Amino acid sequence: MEGLLPDLDVIRKDFPILERTLAGGVPLVYLDSANTSQKPQVVIDTMVDHLERHNANIARAMHQLGAEATEAYEGARDQVAGFLNASSRNEVVFTKNATEALNLLARTIELGPGDNVVITEMEHHSNIVSWQLACERSGAELRWFGLTDDGRLDMGNADQLVDEHTKVVAFTWVSNMLGTINPVTDLVARAKAVGAYSVIDASQAAPQLPVDVQATGCDFLVFTGHKVTGPTGIGVLWGREQLLNELPPFHGGGEMIETVTMARSTYAKAPHRFEAGTPPIVEAVGLGAAVDYLRHIGLDAIHRHEQAITAYALEGLQSVPGLTVLGPLDAADRGGAISFELDGVHPHDIAQVLDSRGVAVRAGHHCAKPAHARFGVQSSTRMSSYLYTTPAEIDALVESLHHARSYFKVG
Amino acid sequence: MSTDLDALYQDIILDHYKNPHHKGLRDPFESEVHHVNPTCGDEVTLRVHLSDGPDGAVVQDVSYDSVGCSISQASASVLTDLVIGKPVDEAMTIHQTFLELMQGKGQVEPDEDVLEDGIAFAGVAKFPARVKCALLSWMAWKDATTQAQSEGAPS
Repeated sequence: MEGLLPDLDVIRKDFPILERTLAGGVPLVYLDSANTSQKPQVVIDTMVDHLERHNANIARAMHQLGAEATEAYEGARDQVAGFLNASSRNEVVFTKNATEALNLLARTIELGPGDNVVITEMEHHSNIVSWQLACERSGAELRWFGLTDDGRLDMGNADQLVDEHTKVVAFTWVSNMLGTINPVTDLVARAKAVGAYSVIDASQAAPQLPVDVQATGCDFLVFTGHKVTGPTGIGVLWGREQLLNELPPFHGGGEMIETVTMARSTYAKAPHRFEAGTPPIVEAVGLGAAVDYLRHIGLDAIHRHEQAITAYALEGLQSVPGLTVLGPLDAADRGGAISFELDGVHPHDIAQVLDSRGVAVRAGHHCAKPAHARFGVQSSTRMSSYLYTTPAEIDALVESLHHARSYFKVG
Repeated sequence: MSTDLDALYQDIILDHYKNPHHKGLRDPFESEVHHVNPTCGDEVTLRVHLSDGPDGAVVQDVSYDSVGCSISQASASVLTDLVIGKPVDEAMTIHQTFLELMQGKGQVEPDEDVLEDGIAFAGVAKFPARVKCALLSWMAWKDATTQAQSEGAPS
């Protein structure tokens, strides 16, 4: 099959979990990578090595281990800056996850009555609720791009939505439910034209597309570690250095200050301005190893692999009677997450039957209830591939869906 | 593994799923609640109608409208079969018995005299992710019944 990673067998060996079997001795077919990706040995080993040999608190321990830990943590910042093609390492802020990064922005960007924030109907709840809260606090208005029937952003009223009162345009690069890849450059340009901040949620994009923050022209971009083969507990906020330094602090505490008196404090510059308290050190170190691993394989090659697998999966899924894919049907402009409905079988029940055959998918609303409501469905089943996914695994999924239909006596 | 799957999807459950009993919202009612399972999005709107009986309140009717998986739908159907027509006290005891079965991690032997078709859910208790599905309408019923009683409805 054209486009697959040439060393797929070798890559699969990098992920020890793919070797395991599940109850009944069935092999694991992991198709839930948009939920969380599996971890390569190099990430696991890097984290174990750090804990076994270099563990200490960072930036405040005046001993050799402290220096090693600080070097590892700050080294991870360099690795992430390289991964994003950031112009300065100071633009990389470590957070707990993408959700915290979005909340940091929604909490610190100043909004007031008369302002508006524009999001989209296909956002993950984290990029909806954080702005709803900000608008409720400030009196700003929340607006959103609707969706077309084929699961793309409806740009028909874009000129009315993004206007001179818009302060923030926040949107996902790749939808976690529909798979849609959004027109990033166009949306950033619209924000820029009215002097609004552009905020990109790259949680689904960073694992599978080359992300170049300078090329996007955006102001802020967030992603999470555990979807890019890194650990949980670590996320990234990237922002233009000047803008980050203009924002007020988010959390107050150790390491984010210049000086503290009982009356007042002054604050460190980014990134430390936003990293109060002891950060997730080994998680950052693991993330550094993860993004280096992805760059070593090449994001362009990973993207081609995802497109090849997605095209094959779209074809296979449509061979299942009564199955409807939600989102674009052309693999060329979508990511590797495919949500679908199957007539007569609830997503929960599909996922259960699939699980009994070792096929791991997600069932539910995938933290995108508004996008589901837009298509008149309460929940869906989602398969999501990654760089280790094989065509044979897609075959196993399709075959298991046929089995689910017969198990529930549909058709 | 298919034996575990068959333990979960007993024929009784699939029958109730395909042909749910007492489904649809009806009048009269003293209380109505809307419960959701936030992780999967399953929803139920449930109404309770109580009446006076010789020994206290009786569950006169339970009506509901719901969307969700086979387990949550079948469970609502079985619930209505078990509690409609029963004194509230007895229905609450059945509720407690079902709750204990669901939270028993598959170690509780179900009592068919009390739970009737509800014993089919014994297999669900072995699937932690599905226990909430089975309990959705039961929790809604308890909530609605408690509200109906506290709001000065027939008691």
